[in-house]
Amino acid sequence: MQAFTQISGLVAPLDRVNVDTDQIIPKQFLKTIKRTGLREGLFYDWRKQKDGSQDPAFFLNQPRFQGATILLTRDNFGCGSSREHAPWALLDQGFRCVIASSFADIFYNNCFQNGMLPVVLKADEVLAMMKDVLATPGYHLTVDLGNQTVTTPDNTHCRFEIDPFRKDCLYRGLDAIGLTLQHEAAIAAYETRRKAEAPWLFTDLRHNLGRA
Amino acid sequence: MAGQTLFDKIWESHVVRAEPDGTTLLYIDRQLVHEVTSPQAFEGLKLSGRRPRRPGATLAVPDHNVPTTDRTLGITDPLSAVQVRTLEGNCRDFGITLFGMNDIRQGVVHVIGPEQGFTLPGTTIVCGDSHTSTHGAFGALAFGIGTSEVEHVLATQCLVQKRPKTMEVRVDGALSKLCSAKDVILAIIGKIGTAGGTGYVIEYTGSAIRALSMEGRMTLCNMSIEAGARAGMVAPDEKTVAYIKGRPLAPKAELFEQAVQVWQYLKTDANATYDMTVTMRAEDIAPQVSWGTSPGMVTGIDQRVPDPRTITDENQRQATERALEYMGLIPNMPMTDIKIDTVFIGSCTNSRIEDLRLAANLAKGKSVATGVRAMVVPGSGLVKQQAEQEGLDRLFKEAGFEWREAGCSMCLAMNADVLQPGERCASTSNRNFEGRQGAGGRTHLVSPAMAVAAAVEGHFVDIRHWS
Repeated sequence: MQAFTQISGLVAPLDRVNVDTDQIIPKQFLKTIKRTGLREGLFYDWRKQKDGSQDPAFFLNQPRFQGATILLTRDNFGCGSSREHAPWALLDQGFRCVIASSFADIFYNNCFQNGMLPVVLKADEVLAMMKDVLATPGYHLTVDLGNQTVTTPDNTHCRFEIDPFRKDCLYRGLDAIGLTLQHEAAIAAYETRRKAEAPWLFTDLRHNLGRA
Repeated sequence: MAGQTLFDKIWESHVVRAEPDGTTLLYIDRQLVHEVTSPQAFEGLKLSGRRPRRPGATLAVPDHNVPTTDRTLGITDPLSAVQVRTLEGNCRDFGITLFGMNDIRQGVVHVIGPEQGFTLPGTTIVCGDSHTSTHGAFGALAFGIGTSEVEHVLATQCLVQKRPKTMEVRVDGALSKLCSAKDVILAIIGKIGTAGGTGYVIEYTGSAIRALSMEGRMTLCNMSIEAGARAGMVAPDEKTVAYIKGRPLAPKAELFEQAVQVWQYLKTDANATYDMTVTMRAEDIAPQVSWGTSPGMVTGIDQRVPDPRTITDENQRQATERALEYMGLIPNMPMTDIKIDTVFIGSCTNSRIEDLRLAANLAKGKSVATGVRAMVVPGSGLVKQQAEQEGLDRLFKEAGFEWREAGCSMCLAMNADVLQPGERCASTSNRNFEGRQGAGGRTHLVSPAMAVAAAVEGHFVDIRHWS
């Protein structure tokens, strides 16, 4: 996994609450068997007008936000479906960081699996930044994972909280499965103990299911 | 000693190891796999040369992409076909049990788990699907995960987790006539909001919950994620045990007796406390209909479409305005005046035999209104078979409903069952997001009973007073 230490980048604003993963990437793009190339589906329905043409008002269609690496948005971002295609599509578009006043649990978790940092800031901090992004062409933020800060162009530091384990994995770009496999002995010991307590949980499903 | 909640008991029996900061390696007993969120996980295993730790703890089924029409014709959409074939290939390569598209046991992943006895009390169950919360109805800790974690569980049978907080949602009293678990969960989401449960596992308690059938409890737990909670659960009782007994994957004979002995302790101790408690009275819950583009935008059938001008919170007002514009609704119009074009009875929320029995009996001797297209999609091949044995298909067809093959179908419209722009649907599914059932489609979430009444009348009606 790609490590995330610090980025300084152009910010794109999505000034909406409760953005669900069906909006981030609609279902017709979930038929892929790959993780890449999902940019085309990102906010697909919102990018278009009723007649099917591109909506010039939508932020992703505006030249000034091309090349943005930080997405700024509002409460409960990424709610709904567990589809990891949502962070994959954002990454494919070039976003490495999403800043919001809150996230839905599964989306938040999925970001960390992909070298992407979700940052929770206070609602008033997000609102102030949202105003500034819209008013200021070329608005940049610096997101520093090590120091847990987001720094605005006028040098205001907004601190964010992050779970230390997740921070470490992301900062060092660690392979999560590899880390768990280091505890193979503990897993095996658990299985032995548990099998004695609850043997019915260890029946191989394949033995109980004949062919239909 | 402080008592433990149901959640505490399940969590603690699954801790493999815990770091001082609370980061926990949690053992996962079972995983369900479907075609949409697994290809990249299997690809990851192949690229890293890893094998599933316990292929015999995993069950796979295609459900999202499968056609609900004649299966012998195969899948027309080439991308959907590749995805289903990829699942078949991966299951073959890794020795995982698959119920293929033409297997009678095929169905929506959250319907077949309980149906097969795969879902058991006290277990941890995951699936790359947010509605995995459904399985909590059996007193399991069941939650949706992303594809990277699907791979993680395949490789290690574990997940790295932080302990969530606990929320009790207590519903006491008796539900009104024809009000159901669907109305209860929609009312709960309307009360706590779509982010109200974020960071929590919900336990549903109270006399109204105990009175629900297993099917009803599944409907309830299914939509916990729509309240922001990754998992919802109901403590197992004699109904749970009776439901599980004799199912293909349920423990047999002495093992079953041994399991039942353990399951009886799977309940929250009298002196245990939750991080938060929400209470409701069942009598206060009217049949619910969603009016907006988020499951929290819901109200009773006896209410009116909200008026944004009366909302003081600016965010909420803007969200309401936007939702009403998308939904094509006028503020203050009675909910019963909303006319519909399509009715969908199905999905992991409401496609089990009990749902179909109730819906078919309400449809009996009636006719779907002119201009309304109504479809019934059973949750699994076995549900379909049972419904046909009971003659439910005939009741539906005589009333003008389409009777289809099992799958996710129009809940998310990944197959050919799609709403056209502007079409309005009374749906027993779980999400009314913009475009969920088709770009520009308008979804109203309701119970199966409310869906049948809407199909017959062409608009929403209060099922409590419907003849």
